[in-house]
Amino acid sequence: MAASIPRTLLAISAGLLTLAACAPGTSAPPASNSAQPTPASVRTDPAAMGKITLTVWDQEVRGGQAAQMKALNTAFQAKYPNITINRVSRSFDDLNTTLRLALSGNEPPDVVQANNGRPQMGAFVKAGQLRPLDPYAKAYGWSERFPQSVLQYVSYSPDGKDFGQGSLYGLPQVGEVVGILYNKDKLTKLGLQPPKTWADFEAALAKAKSGGEVPIQLGNLDKWPGVHVLGTVQGQHVPADQIRALGFGRKGATWNTPENTKTAQQLADWVGKGYFNKGFNGQGYDPSWQAFGKGEGVFLIGGSWLIADLAKTMGAKLGFMLPPGSPPVATGGTGLPFSVTSKSANPDAAAAYIDFITNAEAMKVLAENGLMPVSDTQSQQVAEGPVKDMFTAFGTASQENGLVPYLDYATPTFGDTLGAALQDLLADKKSPQEFLDALEKDYKSFVDSNG
Amino acid sequence: MTGRPPGEPRRAAYLFILPAFLVYALFLLYPIGRAVQLSLYDWDGLSLGTWAGLDNYVEIVADEGLRAAFWHALVLIGFFCVLPLGIGLLLAAILNHSKVRGLGFFRTVVFLPQVVAMVVVAVAWRRVYAPDGTLNDVLSAIGLDGLTRGWLGDYAFALPAVGVIGTWFETGLVTVLLLAGMSRIPGELYEAARLDGAGAVREFFAVTLPAVRGEIAVALTLTVIAALRTFDLVYMTTRGGPGDSTSVPAYEVYSRAFEEGQVGSAAAIGVTITVVIFTISFAINRFADRGSS
Repeated sequence: MAASIPRTLLAISAGLLTLAACAPGTSAPPASNSAQPTPASVRTDPAAMGKITLTVWDQEVRGGQAAQMKALNTAFQAKYPNITINRVSRSFDDLNTTLRLALSGNEPPDVVQANNGRPQMGAFVKAGQLRPLDPYAKAYGWSERFPQSVLQYVSYSPDGKDFGQGSLYGLPQVGEVVGILYNKDKLTKLGLQPPKTWADFEAALAKAKSGGEVPIQLGNLDKWPGVHVLGTVQGQHVPADQIRALGFGRKGATWNTPENTKTAQQLADWVGKGYFNKGFNGQGYDPSWQAFGKGEGVFLIGGSWLIADLAKTMGAKLGFMLPPGSPPVATGGTGLPFSVTSKSANPDAAAAYIDFITNAEAMKVLAENGLMPVSDTQSQQVAEGPVKDMFTAFGTASQENGLVPYLDYATPTFGDTLGAALQDLLADKKSPQEFLDALEKDYKSFVDSNG
Repeated sequence: MTGRPPGEPRRAAYLFILPAFLVYALFLLYPIGRAVQLSLYDWDGLSLGTWAGLDNYVEIVADEGLRAAFWHALVLIGFFCVLPLGIGLLLAAILNHSKVRGLGFFRTVVFLPQVVAMVVVAVAWRRVYAPDGTLNDVLSAIGLDGLTRGWLGDYAFALPAVGVIGTWFETGLVTVLLLAGMSRIPGELYEAARLDGAGAVREFFAVTLPAVRGEIAVALTLTVIAALRTFDLVYMTTRGGPGDSTSVPAYEVYSRAFEEGQVGSAAAIGVTITVVIFTISFAINRFADRGSS
């Protein structure tokens, strides 16, 4: 008796197992891929599309982001009363975890905001769940609206294997660029000018150190902030196309080059010279930039997303510049792009919506809400100060094709690998060569399997 | 009605458990079966999975990083179970023995960490451990400047630092469990022990400890499970860093399934954690049962 219950349970669970014993996932990509619309067949007048409800999933939940989205949605629906926007907004993390399931369902949203990198957009393209937007790009003239250095972040080959070129799968609203933030008061006190060359920058670091200041503020507990420092140093030593090939995970690129060794060595040297704050691997990202805001540190290598908050505490003391060099090379990218799903019943309306929230008028709304528009950046009306510095920096970098991708785009696991290896390098647990070997191992195994 | 004893025929009993079993099967057995199935595939969560056999499990044994993650989880058992049990036994014995005034108050205070969400606990401790945090301030104040460091970024101290949070969190639970057990020990036993000339220590080992064997088993089971499935704590404090020195299996499950698109491998790790937890809990309870009979 007592033994038979477990036996029954086993039998039943075994039964459930056999019921479920078919391979997970769907084999055939949705049919829409074969029926590619041509530019001529694309409809671009939303008013003539009839009564439509568009479901849009976005992650614009915070302050200015939420405000611009609301304003643009309202404007769109006012202009085209026949189209209703059903907006579903979730935080970045929530969107990240639910998007996969939503897209593989039978009734996915029409427009989704998906992260640019391979684990998201790349995987969705590979599974045939996003619609290539090339015909719309031609019809709406998107390649004139956006510089190539921006479009690369939303381009994939149709099989999802090649990132950074191929078809267009989405459009972003905002731009991001990693640069050097500096404290003007501290520079003046040290008798320094904002550095014009990399040698100037290194000299300024040495002077800051001997002047008893923290030269570079860094909080690397969360692993990824160091990647931005690495990217910035790399831009000085490694040619931009090589960084691009590495960032996009292309075949033929390698981390084992003298230039990359030089990059890693310079970082290790900076740690040795005490250019970073004490205990930076144990310092959180937020406390770190907040400390910079309170006057701890002369420089901070960080992204444009910090400017709005830091400008509040530092005001005119805050400066922002691209890493020195001409043409400039800076890690950068875009906010999460908006894409059209393959199963959407109204791709024309969805594309019209994406066009509307990324046009010149929309860019103005973004700037008004304190965000950095991805196009027309330099022509926005803003007062002198750090925000203007930032607009100029991004505009320059994107127009002069100086944006290089975030290095963790390279492979699905590269964020973890690079973050951990970089902490090891900065803590002197790995030599520059061991550091590069760790990266190369991950990189190579991905590139080989990616084919 | 037919003169049979209640509950006969035995088969009728199955009918009574059927509704509960259906719910159990639907929400527990089926997902577990599905997870086991997924663990045998190489699947990115989107496109068609390919049969991988036991490859995902082989990887757990072969992959140095994953082995390290399981090792870290074992170290955490020390901090989540062994230490709280030691402290809890001591605290409970003192509280129970001395019949302190305001016992209810102390019990509440010790139990308090359990009430706070782990995420909040982690954020608070992150501040304590920060380079300019409370712990370093205290160390500096008593002249131990040499010991200050970014605790969560230190290769030697990050894992113990995370572990200590677990100790802080679990001690209250263990203490309250043990207190409940000890309060049921009849006073005569202590009296008898004292008459036989036992001191406080002897009394503890001869009377108290054997009497709370069951509670110890419960406490160990709960804390072992907490230790092995630690995710939120690591996610919020170190993200597995510095390097990989605080990576744990549950964090690997998350990052593989949701960030890296390796759902099969994530399922295999999840199944392995389940098996390990089951084995350890089974051993603990076997041990406790044998002692009580």
